[in-house]
Amino acid sequence: MMAALSAQSVSLSYDQYNVAKDLSIDIPHGKFSVIIGPNGCGKSTLLRSLSRLLPPKSGTVLLNGEDIHQQAPRDVAKKLGLLPQTAIAPNGIKVLDLISRGRFPHQKWFQPWSIEDQKAVDQAMEATGIIELSQHYVDQLSGGQRQRVWVAMALAQQTPLLLLDEPTTYLDIAHQIELMDLFQDLNRQQGYTLVAVLHDLNHACRYADNLIVMKKGKIIATGNPKEIITEQLVEAVFGLPCLIMQDPISNTPLIIPRGRK
Amino acid sequence: MRSSRVAPFRANITQVMLVLFTLLLILSTLFYGKNIANNLHEVWSLVSNQADQYRSIVVWQWRASRLFSAFIIGAALGVSGAVFQSLVRNPLGSPDITGFNVGAFTGVLITIALLGNLYWFTVIGALLGGLFSALLVYLFAYRDGHSGFRLIIVGIAISATLSAFNQWLSLTVSLETALTAALWNAGSLNGMTWSRIMPISLLIILLLISAGFVNSRMKLLEMGDDSAASLGVSVNKTRLLIMLIGVSLTAVTTAITGPISFISLAAPQIARQFSESKQTSLFTSACAGALLLVSADFIAQHGWENSTLPVGLVTISLGGIYLIYLIIREGKK
Repeated sequence: MMAALSAQSVSLSYDQYNVAKDLSIDIPHGKFSVIIGPNGCGKSTLLRSLSRLLPPKSGTVLLNGEDIHQQAPRDVAKKLGLLPQTAIAPNGIKVLDLISRGRFPHQKWFQPWSIEDQKAVDQAMEATGIIELSQHYVDQLSGGQRQRVWVAMALAQQTPLLLLDEPTTYLDIAHQIELMDLFQDLNRQQGYTLVAVLHDLNHACRYADNLIVMKKGKIIATGNPKEIITEQLVEAVFGLPCLIMQDPISNTPLIIPRGRK
Repeated sequence: MRSSRVAPFRANITQVMLVLFTLLLILSTLFYGKNIANNLHEVWSLVSNQADQYRSIVVWQWRASRLFSAFIIGAALGVSGAVFQSLVRNPLGSPDITGFNVGAFTGVLITIALLGNLYWFTVIGALLGGLFSALLVYLFAYRDGHSGFRLIIVGIAISATLSAFNQWLSLTVSLETALTAALWNAGSLNGMTWSRIMPISLLIILLLISAGFVNSRMKLLEMGDDSAASLGVSVNKTRLLIMLIGVSLTAVTTAITGPISFISLAAPQIARQFSESKQTSLFTSACAGALLLVSADFIAQHGWENSTLPVGLVTISLGGIYLIYLIIREGKK
């Protein structure tokens, strides 16, 4: 089956700094893929490149088999959504208005707000459980609620493919799990193809169907966490001596750092 | 904007007061003054075109065109302020950060020194000088696109350099040239006749319409470049377009009147205070800008007996007071 999204021997760089060279990766259709790796390994850069934000110096990124940079930005935005780390809520904006902005790629010049737009926004709020917040100001929400609002905006965009850049950072553990469960539901029940950059290895192992392990701009391993995660791999990639057990709840690998003792 | 969610129109007290205030302002700008109209009867004679020729000319040729100029230029300044504040994501953003006003003054100084004091020459000189400085800021601030912060810093640097150059120019040219240019630099609506404002107002209206067209993309850019790009906005292209519209609005107005500061800074803020949603919209910023300039020009014309001030002086004084108020209010938080 054709990959939903793929990078074909791309070289990525910011200014003069080369992040990755000759990197290839397939994002399988309908799966929850998670990218992990130490700080500065290029995982967020890869995600930016997959989402069209960073054009590769060489190589191509294919969305449904076509070069993503040959497609009109609005057309890409109907197929692929992104939850960036750097989203800024404009001053004094209400939840409903922010989520409505996710409809931009679907709107036409002279017929701005349609029934489909309304439906998409309502569904997005329902899926993220924030209907009762719709008239609140975004800057008055808690971190967990605010992240749900951004997810809802991305859902309102109604793209079959959704990329998430460290979506759980800065959230407490309960909100992290809540959000990861939400992503799992989106993937399993609504058929979203998801790609997330995560820092927490245990979350990655528990939720990912397809794990992509990166180090220094290279892909070290890909596959189901149960098959690829070993003590040797974690130590080689993160430099962290650890013990691997089976997570008694999800039967996925559970990584326990050894530390100094 | 969104038909399904537009609240039914409900005039509240603030809106009614604003409309009344506007009407009062229009009437007094047109008819106030001992030699024009002392009572309603004389106002009516002017409206129905039965007054003597002298008064008719004063009211309908001079005052009306000046009032219209204040409205349209104020609206343009208000919108350019809203555009720049959105662009740099900072409520203290204003077109002044492009160094436009300072560069326009350079252009005017050079034009008057070389070609003499002819109205349309100074307009073109101001335009060229201003656009040149805006271009300098744009080029120096560029590095993989523009960040709002870098624009502000580079703008300050270019402005400072150019004002030093302006001072040197003012000291070098003849006294008469320096004085004429300084008068331009005070910013004034004097001499805004119908023949001067009409061609310019067409241009301003065109620019305001194009601002309306990029409005939705501009709002998306406020959420950060990545968010906007993931919604299908071409970030750098859109930002350039927005900057062009904002600079052009400032350029056109500054060229014909000289710099009128504070309106573009304050109009979006004031509009936000008065609007229920607490958000800036281009339309409310335009209204606030227009009302501010018309009021300031009324004060400039009638505030001091036997003399009229350049409106730029009034707005800059009001602006100073307003900034002090803002600092005190923020300090209390």
